[in-house]
Amino acid sequence: MTRTGIAVSSPDGFPTLSVGRWVKVMVILCAVAVVGLLVCLQFGTERIPLSQIARIVMNWSHEQMGAETQGINPSVILLDVRLPRLLVAFLVGASLAAVGVSLQALLRNPLADPFILGISGGAALGAAMAVQLGLAWAGAGFSAVELLAFLGAGMTMWGLYRVAMADGKMPVYTLLLAGVIINAVLSALILFISSLLDSTSAFRLFFWLMGSLASLAYPSILVLALYVVIGIGLLCGQARNLNLLAIGEAPAQTLGLDVEHAKRMIFFTSALLTGAAVAVSGLIGFVGMMIPHAVRMVLGPDHRLLLPSSAILGGCFLATADTIARTVLAPTELPVGVITALCGGPFFIYLLVNKRRAQMG
Amino acid sequence: MNVCYRLSELNFRYTDDWILQNFDLQVVAGEVLGLIGPNGSGKTSLLKLLAGLLQPTGGTIELYGKALQQFSAQELARKVAMVPQETQILFPFTVADIVLMGRFVHQNGWGWESAEDVRIVQDIMQVMEVHHLANRTFQELSGGERQRAIIARALAQEPRILLLDEPTAFLDIKHQIDIFEILKRLNRDQGVTVVIVSHDLNQASQHCDRLLLLHESRAFQVGSPEQVLTVDHIRAVYHCDVLIDRHPMSGTPRITLPQCRDDSSSSMAGIPIEGQHNRIRGQQQRRRGLQ
Repeated sequence: MTRTGIAVSSPDGFPTLSVGRWVKVMVILCAVAVVGLLVCLQFGTERIPLSQIARIVMNWSHEQMGAETQGINPSVILLDVRLPRLLVAFLVGASLAAVGVSLQALLRNPLADPFILGISGGAALGAAMAVQLGLAWAGAGFSAVELLAFLGAGMTMWGLYRVAMADGKMPVYTLLLAGVIINAVLSALILFISSLLDSTSAFRLFFWLMGSLASLAYPSILVLALYVVIGIGLLCGQARNLNLLAIGEAPAQTLGLDVEHAKRMIFFTSALLTGAAVAVSGLIGFVGMMIPHAVRMVLGPDHRLLLPSSAILGGCFLATADTIARTVLAPTELPVGVITALCGGPFFIYLLVNKRRAQMG
Repeated sequence: MNVCYRLSELNFRYTDDWILQNFDLQVVAGEVLGLIGPNGSGKTSLLKLLAGLLQPTGGTIELYGKALQQFSAQELARKVAMVPQETQILFPFTVADIVLMGRFVHQNGWGWESAEDVRIVQDIMQVMEVHHLANRTFQELSGGERQRAIIARALAQEPRILLLDEPTAFLDIKHQIDIFEILKRLNRDQGVTVVIVSHDLNQASQHCDRLLLLHESRAFQVGSPEQVLTVDHIRAVYHCDVLIDRHPMSGTPRITLPQCRDDSSSSMAGIPIEGQHNRIRGQQQRRRGLQ
């Protein structure tokens, strides 16, 4: 199998990633993202056609003034409900995909995903504790939940690494087993916390745990965007290090990489991104596994290209999945985690079976 | 004599058993040093200690007069390159990707490969005969092609010292010869020091300036192939009798394994080597006559 397409040919025929090709791929993907988001914006309980969207966006301030006079104003739906929610979906999807790429390289395992490995669960436990302790309404708003989610993700990641890593390797089944066990323990702890809550809060917690996106206020989205952009930016800065780590820690070291430093950096950033994603969206699985895998098949494994591409497409994927979750049983909403799990589960099994066959063959 | 590695009173163990004990060694700059010894004698561990992949349990390793631990990964990788015994790469990196990774240590930040990097890598891939594989993924290569690609990656580091762990184990004889030719050329023309672990005593004898025979966590013998490869030494270390004569071209000791442990080890001891040699030659001539 020779890789074809944009990732290969370069002017002098030597297959290396050039700046020009990188820019080209990024421009194409950004265009795809914009088009995808515009398409998603149209759908919902009420369809808002593209022409109307354009008009609303053009006259943002004007339309908002007229909002009070009409009953259901499309501009209110669009600007106060749909757009913020879509942006949150995009940011969360981008984070999860970027973390998935990094974990896969770090653990040398294409099945790694923050949800499967229990890292999202750790973040969820942290966030649930913050809710239980009332930290969320302590005025700090967003940040107390965020901080505990980050701590939860970081501690889980560290524990996982210590448990599953033997002789610098992490066999697939050890890793998955570790993930299953970590998830089980975390679920028990989250259930314990939820039983301390009154029934309304408990229901909210469950809905959140299923992975659900709700609109955030624009200032909160800005904070989230800041986290996500910084986090993904830091991971992109590690792209070449991820390339080396993907071929093994010992070769990476003899090729001149400060392995421990790079690992700490990647762990920390992944925990930050997972924490942010889980704090606003709960447990959304499989995005971090499916997207990097699909992108790798098309663009190749070079993380300089793979990581940002996966982030953009992960964002698009989750935005689309959330649009489906909002519309398929409208006016009832499904948690978006249901959609991603329904896509991701079979995909995961396919990969696992394929991998086994490849190992035997 | 210019020493690059100086190991003194080196001790190393993974858990219980000592792999290396009170181990002293000096690697001379510009030599080809072969590490030989039975399975489990610590050859690979020693190589990994030299590469900084393992930390000594006791004692010191100095490289160019400076403790090895004080080198950063980057400083070390500019001087020392390592070719591991076996390389498995999970993700579909192309051969070009893999060889370019050798340039990592000469690049800054997270930037792109320079035109010079690409030129160097292309030259090396030409030499290692992997240039035509540039677009192929590493996974689909044969064992020999993989090994050549990995050696190309090590050469792309432009190291002063090259550590190789059985580099020719998976290669056919043509590529074995090619690889040693390349190693010799690097050694002769650019003064690259080569430390090579080998299971093949003949290969080690033929291509190394000095040999280190490891036995029971110690350096059993160090010296020229003539000094190290004697019937007595090999019997002591490998518990096995061999025939030793001279390689017809290089004149280095050549080892022939006995035909079968039961019937030949007793009878062989009595036959002088020359006689044995003539008898084999006679058989060959007779066979040729029959054809």
